[in-house]
Amino acid sequence: MHIANGIINGPVSAIFIAIAAAGLAVCVWRAKVDLDDRLAPMAGLVAAFIFAVQMLNIQVLPGVSGHLLGGTLAVILVGPWVGALCVATVLLVQALVFADGGLTAIGLNITNMALLGTAAAYLLVALLLRILPRTTGGLGATALIASVVGVVVAAMGFVVEYALGGTTELSLGAIAATMAGTHTLIGVVEGLIAASTVVTVAKVRPDLVYALRAFRAQPIKVPA
Amino acid sequence: MERLFLDRDSRVHRLSPEVKIAAVLLFTVVVVITPREEFTAFAGYAVLIALVTAPARVPAGWLLRRSTIELPFVLLAVLLPIFGHGERVDWLGLSLSVDGLYGAWNIVAKGTLGVLASLLLAATTTMRDLISGLDRLRCPAVITQIMTFMLRYVDVLIDDARRMRIARLARAYDPRFLWQAKAFAVGVGSLFLRSYERGERVYLAMLSRGYTGTMPSVAGRAPAREWAISSALPVAAAGMAVAAAALP
Repeated sequence: MHIANGIINGPVSAIFIAIAAAGLAVCVWRAKVDLDDRLAPMAGLVAAFIFAVQMLNIQVLPGVSGHLLGGTLAVILVGPWVGALCVATVLLVQALVFADGGLTAIGLNITNMALLGTAAAYLLVALLLRILPRTTGGLGATALIASVVGVVVAAMGFVVEYALGGTTELSLGAIAATMAGTHTLIGVVEGLIAASTVVTVAKVRPDLVYALRAFRAQPIKVPA
Repeated sequence: MERLFLDRDSRVHRLSPEVKIAAVLLFTVVVVITPREEFTAFAGYAVLIALVTAPARVPAGWLLRRSTIELPFVLLAVLLPIFGHGERVDWLGLSLSVDGLYGAWNIVAKGTLGVLASLLLAATTTMRDLISGLDRLRCPAVITQIMTFMLRYVDVLIDDARRMRIARLARAYDPRFLWQAKAFAVGVGSLFLRSYERGERVYLAMLSRGYTGTMPSVAGRAPAREWAISSALPVAAAGMAVAAAALP
C-alpha cells in the first residue's frame, strides 16, 4: 500500500507528515520504557521480517501497491509503541534506499501502515486476548482477526487521504471498493502467516511475546 | 542488502551521508510540488539528475535498469487516460481523457525523478553510512537502533531460510502445493525463532563489549563545504521551478 510521489497533492502530504511525526514522537517516547535487552533484538528481527514479507507486491491502483503489512505480528511480539516504530523504520528504509513509496508521501505511508493499521490491530489484540480461550488456538485466532482488520483499516486510511487530496479524478466509491476487496484478501494471507509465526514463538519462547506478557500473567497452556 | 550500492570512489561517494540525504529529500520535495503542466521544469530536473550521475561514476544503464523497480506503478498509470473523467481527445482512434493524461504524466514524471534520486543516493552510500547520516540528522536513536538490527537480521533471515530449504530438499521434501501449507507455516515460525536466537546471541555479545544503543561514529560532522556543494541540487531545481512558473 505504498503511495508514490505525486499521487496525493502537496498540502495534504505535508499535513500527514506532521501527523506522522507527532505520532512517531509519542511512540519514541513510550518505546524507551519498553525497549529492554529482550525487546531490542526482537524489534530488529520483526522489522527485518516485515521488510522481507513486504517485498511481495501487487498493484491495486495507479501508484498504489498492495502487500502484506506485518503490523499485527509487530504489535503482538513487541507491543504497540515499538511495533509502530518497526513498521515506520521499514517504510523509511524502503523510501530512502529502495525507492519504494515516495519520499514526500512518507507521512501518508507511515500514518496508514505504521500508525492506523497497528493501532487498530493492537486494540483488537488487547480485546480478543481477554475474551478468547487461553490456548494457542485463541492466540492464533487473535492474530488472524487483528491482521484482517488492521490491514483493511490501513487501506481505508488511503481512501480518506485520496478524498482529501487525490491528484486524479477517479470515483471514490470504486477506490474504496477496490482497496477494501484486495486488502481483505491480503489481510487473510497476512493473518495466516502472523498466526503461525506467533503460535510457534508462543509455544517455544512464550517469554518473547509482548502481548502474552501484557495480558496473560500465567503461561499459556500448550497441549502435549 | 548492499546490492544497490555501487562500490566506486568518486566525489559523490565521498560526500558525508547526511548532506546527501538532505539534498535528495529537498530535491524530491521540489519535484513533487511542481505543477504537472510545467514540462520544461521536469526536463530540467532530468538534466540535473544526469549532472549528478556523471561525477558519481554511476553508469546510466545501471541506473535505468534498477529504476524498473517503479514499472508496476507506471503500468497502471497507463489506465488513467482511458478511465479518467472530463474532456476527451482522440489519439490514434482512442478516446483519451485529458485529465487522465495529465494524471498519468504526473505520476510517471514525479515517480521516475524520485526513484532516480533515491537510487543515486543508494548507489553512492552504504547502508551503514546512511544510518550514521540519519543519526547525525537527529533521527531518534530508537529508530536508528531498530534500523541497524533490521539490516543485520535481513541477511540472517535470508541465510537461515536458504539453509532450511536445502535441509528440506536434502530430505526429499519440497512443500510447494496448497495442501502442504502446514509445512510452510511451521517453517516460517521456526525460521523466525532460529533467526531470533542467532541474533540474540550476537546482541548479547555486543552488549558485553560495551554497546550502548548507538554505533560509534568515526567520521566527524560534515564540513560546511559539503553542505554547500550538495545544496546545489535542490537549489538548482527550485530555481528551475520558479523560472518555469514565471515564464509564460
